[in-house]
Formats: sequence, structure tokens, C-alpha cells
Amino acid sequence: MTDTKLDNAFDVILVGGGHNGLICATYLAKAGKKVLVLEARDAFGGAAATSEFSDGFSVSSCAQWLMQLSPQIQKDLALEKFGLTLAAKNLSTIALGEDASHIKILGDKLEGDSLSAEDKQQYKKFYKQILKFSKVLATAFSHRPPKLVEANFSDRITLLKLGLGLKLLGQDDMRDLMRIALINMYDIMEENFDNELVKAALSFDSVLGSHMGPRSPNTVFGFLYRRLGDVYGFVGPAVVKGGMGAVGDALAASAKAAGVTLRRNAKVVRILTDCYRATAVELADGESIKANIIVSNVDPKATFKQLVGYPNIETGMARNVHNIRMKGNTAKLHLALKGLPKFTGLAEKDLGNRLLIAPSMDYIERAFNHAKYGEYSSKPALDISIPSVHDDTLAPAGEQVLSAIVQFAPYDLKQGWSDQTKQAFKQLVIDRLEDFAPGIKNLIIDSELLTPKDIEQQYHLTGGHWHQGELSLDQIMMMRPFTGATQYATAIGGLYLCGAGSHPGGGVMGLAGKNAADEIIKRGSKA
Amino acid sequence: MSQDRMSQDRIRKHRDETMMLTSPFHSRIVKACEINQWSEWKGVTTPDAYTDVELEYFAIRNSTGVFDLSPMTKYRISGPDAEAYLNRLITRDITKIKVGRVAYTVWCNDNGQVMDDGTIFHLAENDYRLCSYTRAMDWLCWSAMGFDVSIVDETYEVAALAVQGPTSCAILREMGCEGLEQLKSFGIKSFAFEGTDLLVSRTGFTGDLGYELWIDPTKAEVLWDKLFEAGKHRGIKPFGSHALEMARIEAGFVQATVDFIPAQDEVRQGRSRSPLELGLEWMVDFNKPMFNGKKALLKERQQGSRYRFVFLDVEGNKPAAHSFIFKGKKQVGIVTSAAWCPTAKSNIALAQVDAKYGEVGDLLIAEIYYQRELHWSKVMAKCTVIEKPVFNPPRRRLTPVMDY
Repeated sequence: MTDTKLDNAFDVILVGGGHNGLICATYLAKAGKKVLVLEARDAFGGAAATSEFSDGFSVSSCAQWLMQLSPQIQKDLALEKFGLTLAAKNLSTIALGEDASHIKILGDKLEGDSLSAEDKQQYKKFYKQILKFSKVLATAFSHRPPKLVEANFSDRITLLKLGLGLKLLGQDDMRDLMRIALINMYDIMEENFDNELVKAALSFDSVLGSHMGPRSPNTVFGFLYRRLGDVYGFVGPAVVKGGMGAVGDALAASAKAAGVTLRRNAKVVRILTDCYRATAVELADGESIKANIIVSNVDPKATFKQLVGYPNIETGMARNVHNIRMKGNTAKLHLALKGLPKFTGLAEKDLGNRLLIAPSMDYIERAFNHAKYGEYSSKPALDISIPSVHDDTLAPAGEQVLSAIVQFAPYDLKQGWSDQTKQAFKQLVIDRLEDFAPGIKNLIIDSELLTPKDIEQQYHLTGGHWHQGELSLDQIMMMRPFTGATQYATAIGGLYLCGAGSHPGGGVMGLAGKNAADEIIKRGSKA
Repeated sequence: MSQDRMSQDRIRKHRDETMMLTSPFHSRIVKACEINQWSEWKGVTTPDAYTDVELEYFAIRNSTGVFDLSPMTKYRISGPDAEAYLNRLITRDITKIKVGRVAYTVWCNDNGQVMDDGTIFHLAENDYRLCSYTRAMDWLCWSAMGFDVSIVDETYEVAALAVQGPTSCAILREMGCEGLEQLKSFGIKSFAFEGTDLLVSRTGFTGDLGYELWIDPTKAEVLWDKLFEAGKHRGIKPFGSHALEMARIEAGFVQATVDFIPAQDEVRQGRSRSPLELGLEWMVDFNKPMFNGKKALLKERQQGSRYRFVFLDVEGNKPAAHSFIFKGKKQVGIVTSAAWCPTAKSNIALAQVDAKYGEVGDLLIAEIYYQRELHWSKVMAKCTVIEKPVFNPPRRRLTPVMDY
């Protein structure tokens, strides 16, 4: 270990400059702390990233929609001032039918020839109720999660608000929430709607990024979580100008303006501890930097398994970390296209919307069946974005990029992810696209498929999991990321977590980073 | 792992007879067990007593008693990180236990609650044997994450006898363990025996001079025969678990599941105990940078324990088994083990009382119920908190061992 001039120059070191890390760093800097952010990659933002996957073609290479970023954070950090521009917002979700009978969803409105008046009416009611539920959830999201025992005053307030929120729902809604919270989207959809495309589109929302099918328990929570975007003012997803990496750039600019020191290509390989106290971080080149507070934006499993090391924490805690469920199931497909593709039955003006290939709930469930047994889906479900429709900086003039979230592609593929298996799966996904957009194959200039393994490697996310840990009822609130690391602090003094693995979770929402900063500031010198 | 196959073979072998396993010494035990009184110990048939509990007890104290401890759970822990692994697992500093030495220790969960106590034998560099009461494979494996270490259950691959009492050294020397008198307390020495290694450790659970013998199970019967042949003029006698119970209470040793509930078996919150609450603070090394439970134990040391472990000298001769302990009219604790101790000629109880009571010299009252001809009576017996166990003869640790 070599000591450098940076020794003790900082109060706080952020390990990882993902969006939550930058948000945490900026709030801390605004509170007067000297903060250093160390990012392993060449760019900031973590899973909010843009990369050039082919000459002249760039794409949001991990998350592709902005739809949950907390409005308070946008405002506090003046992200607009620091360059965050939306190329398009309030986009509709279009569920593509196999018979070209598409439906369009925006806010509480449904459109489509195949829809009955009852379904349209029911959707308004359903959306209204779901939004009520998500609002209750949101009351607990902007604070640290209360502990199960030894709750203090502010934790009790959080619980009280949550309880009050539930109470204020009224008897009928509260009973409904209690009834549906633990069941599954499939049953809820069957209860509410007739149109298969509606059922499929909504239930696809509930399983995105997770290891669940529409019939899995916890999917209702996944859906409510997704709808937080609506609570935060997003009516449908938005496309960021310059790709999601621009979110990282704006956050980095805001951090810098707040006085945060930012370093790229600075990979932390170890968090050094002594007697249950984090003392310093060690970089890949051997440099070590000390600080009283170290905040890890890295997922909880990598933080403790790789950076701290299981031998440096107690067995029970190591077991809790090991047991976090976080195996990604989602691949990304990126296509460089010669021109705009034509989707059967879809007007060209609609190509900039969010397009779903998930024609029925059974289709998604069957796609998930494969994943349960370590296989990729033979007919995967796709969430498609063609951002170049809104943003001409992403592709050469006249040419386009397409980005698709592909489910399911298990992290632990039975035969392993190799060039061969990747190629085979990519071909299968492209074939599936061709079914809905005949001729798209002929438009392809270049293509890239990122499996959960690739995402793990490129974005340092264990299991390639979007949310740094499955978002399900056993892994939320005081159970996130695991018992003993709630409230962002850990059993290692001076070590905090601030990533999506912590409460409330991921989705380029930013609240984990903000809440962690609040907690560190609140603890002050006690930390 | 090979022990799985081995244990399955053993199970298969006995499928037609009984669900119980038998010890490698079983053929000899059956012969010696005149009263045919058995219990099970971790699935193995084990004698409560061979003849008469008192006679067996007096063999331990006055000549030599032999106890089959083969059913004791044994793990072989080896590999480059074995020392570091154990140091994180247990409360003592394993680096202070040199090769050829044995350590008595406890291990805790993250809450600083005792999971078990046991002995660790340092057989060679980064090669250890851990003997425990509980089956601990699950916890040992969880603890192994991040360490380059191998953990093998060798419970059924090692046969073991405890040879305890004042004449034990002389008997073993007679059997061929030359120079054994020089072996210090908690030392280990290896002897050639019938073409294999006989490992002898100066350890035991009786609080007296005594040894434990560890050997390949195929040599178990011949070891038994030679041992009893060598001891026939020095009062050797096999003893069962009841006599052992008397001896260990007299010596003040705690017993898992009797004096504390292994933390992993706790159902009702608060029933487990920390080492500080079991009078075992001396084996918690707070100087180690970290170990399982350290954080919780530091906090406990700072904030105070809930309970205090005490030795009680109880008035009268009725064992205070399962008694409530009172201070005046207030119930302040419970007895976990109790026995009339014939050698010390005192009525001893191991008890747990609220931490604010039980200073040495404190006078407490034990509520003792006893039955005579179906008639229950109660006595409120005065008892005094004493500092140390009542049986602790100098010969227990004296080296070289005198020739008794």
C-alpha cells in the first residue's frame, strides 16, 4: 500500500459513481463534507449509461427509460441546469398483438380497436386505485426504513405515516390492498380485464428486471413499485437526450459544482477494515485512500464479499449477504439499423413510443418457465425503445438505433454464456423481432447482446441484477438489503450503503442515494 | 465427502437391527454393561451406567474410569486458512495454541450468544480437530465463506476413550505410552499402537488427572482390551454418562443443552446465554481484532450482562436440581445442574441468577422439592455463592505426573 497526497484529504469516499452514489455525494458535499467519488468505469452514472456499441451508434446500454427519477432530487441537484434534457416524455406504451391489433396505454387511458368499453372503464378505475396504493408506498420511500425493533422517534413517524396512509385509503381500498399485495399479477389481471394485450402489458411491467413470471407472488408489489414513476410525475416513460448516460453526466456536473472530487477509471478493489471500522479504500493500482466515512454504491453482495471480504465480517452477516436474491434475468439487445423498421399495423409516428412484444400473460409466463430451469426463453418478451426517433445524436443521419430489454435470460445459463450461446440467443431475439417487424433483419448494420453476465462484468452489478437485489416483499424496507444493514449503516463502523440494493430500491430513482446522505448527515460525527 | 459414505454404510449395516448407531467399542461395552441401561447420544447407543453409578464415580476419583466418547462430534479443519478461519469462529485467540496443544473454547453467533463449547486440537500447522457437543457443519460451512479451508466431519472415523483418574497415567504407561508422565495438561502426544497412531491428549471432563485416546475405529476393540489388561491391577473400570455427570458438576464444567441452550436451538427469544453470562469471560479474547460475536459482547461488557453464572454450596444433602433461587422472597434465578459431590462432600449447584445478585459470598435460597414414598416435600435451603468449583486437585495439572 502506498500512501498518497490524498490521505485524509476527504471526509467521505464514495465507492462507485453510479447515479445513487453521485446523488449521495452531492447531498453530502452540500452539507459541507469533503467528498471523493471513485468510479471504476470511464463514465459516471452506473446503470444510467450510454455507450457506443458500433461506429457512430450509441445507445442507453443498461436502463433505457427514465421514468422514476425523484422530482425532489431533480430540483435539489438542478439537473436541468447541469444538462439533463428529455428528448421525449410522456410516451405511450404500445402492446403489439400477434394479429397487428395493438393497444396503447398512457396514464389512465387505453386506446385500441380490440378494446371493449368495459375494459377502458375498468382500467381508469384500476389505475386510480393502484396509484393510491403507490402513493402510500411513496410515503415510506423518502425516509430511511424503520427498524423492526428499537424504533426511534423518526422511524415511528415513518411507520405512522405508512399506517395512516393505509388507514386513509378507506376500508374498501385497504381491504383490496391487503388482499392483492401477496397474490400475483396474473390473478389480478384476470379479475379486472378481458383484453389479453392489456393483461399482458400490465403484467410485463410487474416482472421487468426480476426473476418472476406473472403468476409469481410479489408481482403485485413489482407493479406498484413501477407505478411510483406515475407518483413522481412521469406519465409514461421518457427518453433522455444523449441516452441515459446523460443522467450520469448531469449528476456528475452537479456533484462537481457542489465541490465533490470525481475520479474515473479508479477501481476500488478493497475496503480496508480494522476492528469493525472501515479505514480506507484500496485501488487496483495499489493506492490507498483513507477517510472516516466510506459509502459503497456497489451492490451489497460485492461490497461485503469482494471489497470488505467475508472473513472481515461475522458469520451471520456473511450468511445474510450470501442469501440476498439477486440473479439477473434480463438481457439487452442493441441494433444499429439502416433505417426505421416497420412494425406490422403500427404507424410510423408511433415508433418513438415504448413497444412491447408480450402478446399474452401465458406468453410471458412460458418465457419465464425456461428461466426457472436455467434456459433462455425460446420466445422472449421484449420492451423496445427506438430512441433515435427523438434524438439524432445517437445514430448517423438517416440511421437508427434500437434498444430492447429482453426477458428471460438467466444469469446462470445451464450451458453457460459463451460466444455460441450468446449468438444463438441473439439470433432468436432478432427472429422474434422479425415476426413483428418484417424486414428488420435487412436493416441491421450491427448488433450487440448483453447477457446478465456481461452486465455484471461491465457495470459491476452482482448477478447482473438491475436493482442490486430482487425487489420483493422479503427484500424491501427493513429487510433491504438484509437484516443488519437497514438504514444504510452496517456492522462495519463508518461504512454505509447507498445503492439500489438499499431501501427503497433501483430504477434510476435516486432515493437510496439521497436517504443514505440524509442518514450520514444526521449521524454526524457519531458515524 | 467421505464421511457421508461411511456413515451411510454404518446406517445400512444396522438397518435390520435398530435405527441406533453403535460405537466402535460396542462389542466390549455390551459385555461390560451388567445392568443393560442405555441412552442415545447423537444417535449412538450409549450406556447410562455399567454397574453402579457410585462405584463408577469412585473409580474416576480414586483409580481410573474409562468412558467411551466416540459419539462426540468431531470435525477436521485444515487448509491454508485454517488458523485464520478458527480465529474468526471462536472467542479465544487460536494463534496462542501451539501445535500439539488443545484449547477449550466456546463459539458464538453474531449476537454474542454461545452456540456450543468444545475443544480444539492443534494437530499440525493449519490442521485442527474441533470436538463439539452439537452438530455444527452448517455453521462451520457458512463461516468458511471467504476462507481456503476444508471441513470434514470425522465423527465416525475416529474412535475415542476418556481414561480419567489418578492411576490413568500409570495404566497408559503400562500399556506402552512411554514418557506420558511428561505430557503437560492440554498437551497431545502420539504413540505407535498396533500398526497405527494412538493419539493421547491430557484432557477430560472430570476435572482430574486424565487422558483422552483417539484412534482408528478398526483398532478400537484391541485398544479397549489392552487398556483394561494394563489397568487390571490399578482399579480400572468403565463408567457411563451418569457417573460423568456427577464428576463434571463437581469439577464445575458447564454442559450444552443442560447449563445453556445452544443459541441456534433457541426458540424463545432471550433464552440463550453469552459467554460472559456463563462465567466464561476468561476465554473471550477482546484483543483479537474481530471474531463472531465480538461486537455484541463488547456492548454487553459495556452495558452489563443480564445473568450471572454462579457455583452454589447448598445446605443439606438434597441436590437442588431444577430449583428456583431466591434472594429473600424475590425469585432471582434457577439451578441448571446440581449434585451431591461425594469427594468434595458438598452439595453443589450450577445456577444462573440475575446479574445484580450472586457476588461471591452472597447468601441465596434454593427451593428444593423432593419426594419420599410418593410424598413431595419442600425445603428452602440456604446456599452460598462460592468462587470456584469444589473439586480441583493439584495432580490435575502437575507435571511430571506422580506414580499413583
